[in-house]
Amino acid sequence: MSDLRLRLAQNRGLIGAILMFALLYGLYSVLHPRGGSGPLLVQNANESFALVLAAMAQTLPVLTGGLDLSVGPLMTLVNCLASQVLNGGPADLALGIALCLGAGLLGGFVNGCLVVYGRVQPIVATLASGAVFTGIALLLRPTPGGEIDKDLSFGLTYDLAELAATFGLFDDGKAPWFAPFAGLPTPVLLVVAIVVLVWLPFRASVTGRGCYAVGSSEGAAYMSGIAVDRSRLAAYMLAGLFAATAGLYLALQTGSGNADAPQAAAYTLNSIAAVVIGGTSLFGGSGGVVGSIFGALVLRAISFNFRVFDPGSWLGALADPLLQPFVEGLVLLLAVSLGAARVLRVRNRLHLFG
Amino acid sequence: MRLALPTFDRPSLLAAGSILVILLAGSAYTLSMGGAATFLTPGYLLQQLQIASFLGLIAGGLMMVILLGHIDLSVPWTLTTAAVMATAVGGPAAIPLALAIGCAVGVVNGLGVAYLRVPSMIFTLGVNTVLQGLMVLHTGGYAPQSQATPLMAFLATGRVLGLPAAVLVWIAVSAVLVVILTRTPLGRAIYAVGNREAAAYLSGIGTNAVVITCFALCGICAALAGCMLAGYSAKAYQGMGNAYLLPAIAAVVIGGTHVLGGRGTYTGTVLGTILIVLLQSVLSVMQMPDAGRQIIYGLVIIAMLLAFRRAGGTEG
Amino acid sequence: MTSIAPPLLGLSAVSKRYGGVHALRGVDLEGRAGSIHAVLGENGAGKSTLMKIVAGVVRPDEGQIRIDGRPVAFASPKDAAAQGIACIFQELSLVPDLSIADNISITNPPRRFGLIDRRAQRRRAEELLARVGCEDIHPLSLVKDLPLSRRQMVEIAKALGRDPRILILDEGTSALTGGDVERIYAIVRRLRDEGVLLLYISHRMNEIRDLADRCSVFRNGAHVETFDTDARSDDEIVRMMVGRDIHTVFPPKRAEARAGAPVLEVRGLTWAERLRDVSFALHPGEIVGLGGLEGQGQRELLLALFGVLRGVEGEVLVDGVPRRISGPGQAKSTPIGMALIPEDRKTEGLMLPMSVADNVTAASLSRLRRGPFIDAEAERRSVERMVERLRIKVDDVRRPVSTLSGGNQQKVVIAKWLLNEPRIVLMNDPTRGIDVGTKQEIYQLLRDLADAGAAVLLFSTDYAELIGCCDRVLMLYEGRVVRVLEGGEIDEMNLVAGAFDLSLAAPPAAAGAADGGRAHVDGARSDAARVDARGSHV
Repeated sequence: MSDLRLRLAQNRGLIGAILMFALLYGLYSVLHPRGGSGPLLVQNANESFALVLAAMAQTLPVLTGGLDLSVGPLMTLVNCLASQVLNGGPADLALGIALCLGAGLLGGFVNGCLVVYGRVQPIVATLASGAVFTGIALLLRPTPGGEIDKDLSFGLTYDLAELAATFGLFDDGKAPWFAPFAGLPTPVLLVVAIVVLVWLPFRASVTGRGCYAVGSSEGAAYMSGIAVDRSRLAAYMLAGLFAATAGLYLALQTGSGNADAPQAAAYTLNSIAAVVIGGTSLFGGSGGVVGSIFGALVLRAISFNFRVFDPGSWLGALADPLLQPFVEGLVLLLAVSLGAARVLRVRNRLHLFG
Repeated sequence: MRLALPTFDRPSLLAAGSILVILLAGSAYTLSMGGAATFLTPGYLLQQLQIASFLGLIAGGLMMVILLGHIDLSVPWTLTTAAVMATAVGGPAAIPLALAIGCAVGVVNGLGVAYLRVPSMIFTLGVNTVLQGLMVLHTGGYAPQSQATPLMAFLATGRVLGLPAAVLVWIAVSAVLVVILTRTPLGRAIYAVGNREAAAYLSGIGTNAVVITCFALCGICAALAGCMLAGYSAKAYQGMGNAYLLPAIAAVVIGGTHVLGGRGTYTGTVLGTILIVLLQSVLSVMQMPDAGRQIIYGLVIIAMLLAFRRAGGTEG
Repeated sequence: MTSIAPPLLGLSAVSKRYGGVHALRGVDLEGRAGSIHAVLGENGAGKSTLMKIVAGVVRPDEGQIRIDGRPVAFASPKDAAAQGIACIFQELSLVPDLSIADNISITNPPRRFGLIDRRAQRRRAEELLARVGCEDIHPLSLVKDLPLSRRQMVEIAKALGRDPRILILDEGTSALTGGDVERIYAIVRRLRDEGVLLLYISHRMNEIRDLADRCSVFRNGAHVETFDTDARSDDEIVRMMVGRDIHTVFPPKRAEARAGAPVLEVRGLTWAERLRDVSFALHPGEIVGLGGLEGQGQRELLLALFGVLRGVEGEVLVDGVPRRISGPGQAKSTPIGMALIPEDRKTEGLMLPMSVADNVTAASLSRLRRGPFIDAEAERRSVERMVERLRIKVDDVRRPVSTLSGGNQQKVVIAKWLLNEPRIVLMNDPTRGIDVGTKQEIYQLLRDLADAGAAVLLFSTDYAELIGCCDRVLMLYEGRVVRVLEGGEIDEMNLVAGAFDLSLAAPPAAAGAADGGRAHVDGARSDAARVDARGSHV
């Protein structure tokens, strides 16, 4: 078998998610009067970024065979923290960002410790820590508000031209060579940067590969001399880092902090759905962050479409905006039920009980 | 020599002790603020029990599922769906319809978990979203206009012989669940499946049927709680169940039921429920902001889990 | 040549106890560089424990291990690996969701800038796969997508990647197909020529004849003899393996021949390459043993009969009526009345944290109900009766069963099924890890059950048990019934020979006793199997 075919076969989940996203976003672009235009792209990218990062965060614990119910609350916590610290001079801003990301790492570290050393089930551990994170978020920001550096906010949540102009790069973004990239939404660049600079190196590290091994077969991983505990801890910490990035961005995007518990819960739940749609196995061991990115984009593309369906057409009847949660739920149920094929292949029923 | 096994297991004792501590701390607080020891008056305690009965019903049903080592995240919208549909239909059919809806949702959950082997966490999450979608569709996104039936209102707020009807309902349902757990083959099977599904299966227990039944019981309990909550606030509304999922899980877990299944007493769940409700109440009397409440909440759960782990460490 | 150089591997006075049981006692062994050293013995002879000690998985209680004459102590497999010891165990240690290349370099991958160099890793995998002659395996394919036989080749490539000086193969070829076996032979010989010591555990005598330079025979945890392979005949080797001391007293077997129609009849049972065309019949009142080395399909046979396996081909008749048993629930119910004492009592037999009483009644709750409720009085009486009948030592039946000793736990498993009054009892090694006293009680119980009209199918890894308890023994080898031993044929020589699928020079009463029951087992086929035992295994 050629490399290409092998890679295609091994990444069926990822490819499915990409195709689904292309289809749904393509449909949206065709139906939308300003489909494909720069401002619309920027708007869509902004609306997707936080969920994309939340899905990335959720992927890591799931890869190790766990789950993180505190992704949403941790996001919210960092969002509120950001609304307190993201202002002042460049040094203050840098410190603020570092503080936010550090808070995420710490939150993930606490989760990891509860799971690895406290031997508490990931579901309950992160449920409880999620409550604590929500509480701290409320402490930081009892009512929505806060002030965030406008320049930073504009710079990071628009397109590259705006980014360059804000920070005075490339002749304020007017350099001729820069023109082709100028329209690219900054959030897209950020996601690509995170994947290239954080995720890919992590996956290529021994610890990162350990996460896959632990989720795939803890016994074999241990027998092969993998540091099981360290891999697991790293997974939760990286999840914390990604969740923090999501919270930070949410603050930049909305210009404020909001300790919104229902919104946090929605992010957690959607992140799980995105992970599943992106082809990561809930039993751990296979999948990856890139799939989850497209899983999140699929979920977002579904909701975009509900905005543009013509109510008069046959699609409109089907795509009543009120149907949106229903359709989202069905997509999730269908996606997870596909895994049932595995069950049918099991020939010794004792293996069903794991 | 007969071993004197205590009727209360260690987590229950821990929970009962914590309840006393909360009551005493609350009383000390009110006394120190120059008030009376309101926390120890029968009136206050009965009122707390009435509030606890809604959570208690949900936790009781959820316990059946958690005893299996599963979880039901569809409780919030099962509850809401049942309440909304019941108030929409009205009349004598309201409550039976709600219970039927709860049962049907539970069966769907059970089928997905038992036969498709989808992790319960994910499957029930999907069902929850679908129900939410159906309700949004049904109500057109607006708050439902229909009113709770008089029976629903009575169950939630009425009194019988000076006792809140809600508490009586809770007692009745609890009696049924306790009998199921302790006196019927189903109860044994629930613990057996939760402890070791393979061993239960090899003992010839119909494990899939047990799973489906437990999810159905959970759905029915959530639906009943939905009816009573609608009765309490005179109407059903979107998202009325959202605030109950996490406290219910916490109540079950704090009561000593093992999240991986197989261990736990109903007494523990009742005590866990009361503990949570009292904690909420005392914290609000102490004017603890929501932030502090959430943090204490999370810390109490973590502390109790770590404490059980230590206590249960020797059992293997 | 000087013979002064110390042997590559030396063991002296190595002992290991598990609880009260001696797995190894005072073993001395030497293995020279550049040799293939076969380790032989029946179940429980101590082969696996010995290998685990050399591999650093298990630490010996006493004794010394020397490498090149220098004493070493291994705290973990990592330490052993550092001394150049690699092993290929039966239970595979590959991570299913990672690629072949990932698995081959899992502990110490080639790195660039601190990160795994995937290209170098792939090249390395390709080289190693080429060395084991598996160029056809793509290094980027996932382990879980490979068939079992290929996985074993990958496991071997992984071991080779560590450049071992000592390579342990525990049933290294058990899952391989013909062509691969030849390749492994070639690799093993080449490694020997390169100066590696290969410790080789195998149940295939022809393989040992082909490959091994030296053989060490173990019995009862003790080293019997080490010799050059050609110096001894098969007969002599088998005789060395037998002769374990039997302290246990068995209840007398039934004198009269089995009567009446079979209660269970199996025809051509086949499942997933683990069971091949198994046929036999089981009559009321008889105890039939399943013999052979572990992992030859005995466990699968019992599970298949109990309805646990999917996709089983062949026919099962109960009282002459064909039945499709869909699961334990059906298997235990009235028209069939089957019971299974499973292999692992802790995970399959018992709900450990639950009480003795709850466990005893777990399979017969439907018998104890009155209306929708459990009849507490009937339950109490039943539990009491069972505790008494099996002499389960427990002061309060409400105690968690986890607090009982192993023997008493096993009695609880048996009590659970006796309460349901089964007619067909399937047992998977019921006395493993149990004290002698309890064993004897279980043997008496088996005989009582049979005398009361039940039929018992007993798999045991203890040959003494098969000899002492069984009226007939089916020898399984690679999923097939290769031989049926009856009456006087059931002796240790025949059991060991059958387990290695060998025919002895002078089989005692091989052509004897062909009676009515024999017709259900295809005698001709088992003879045929014996003939081609020396041929190549496919």
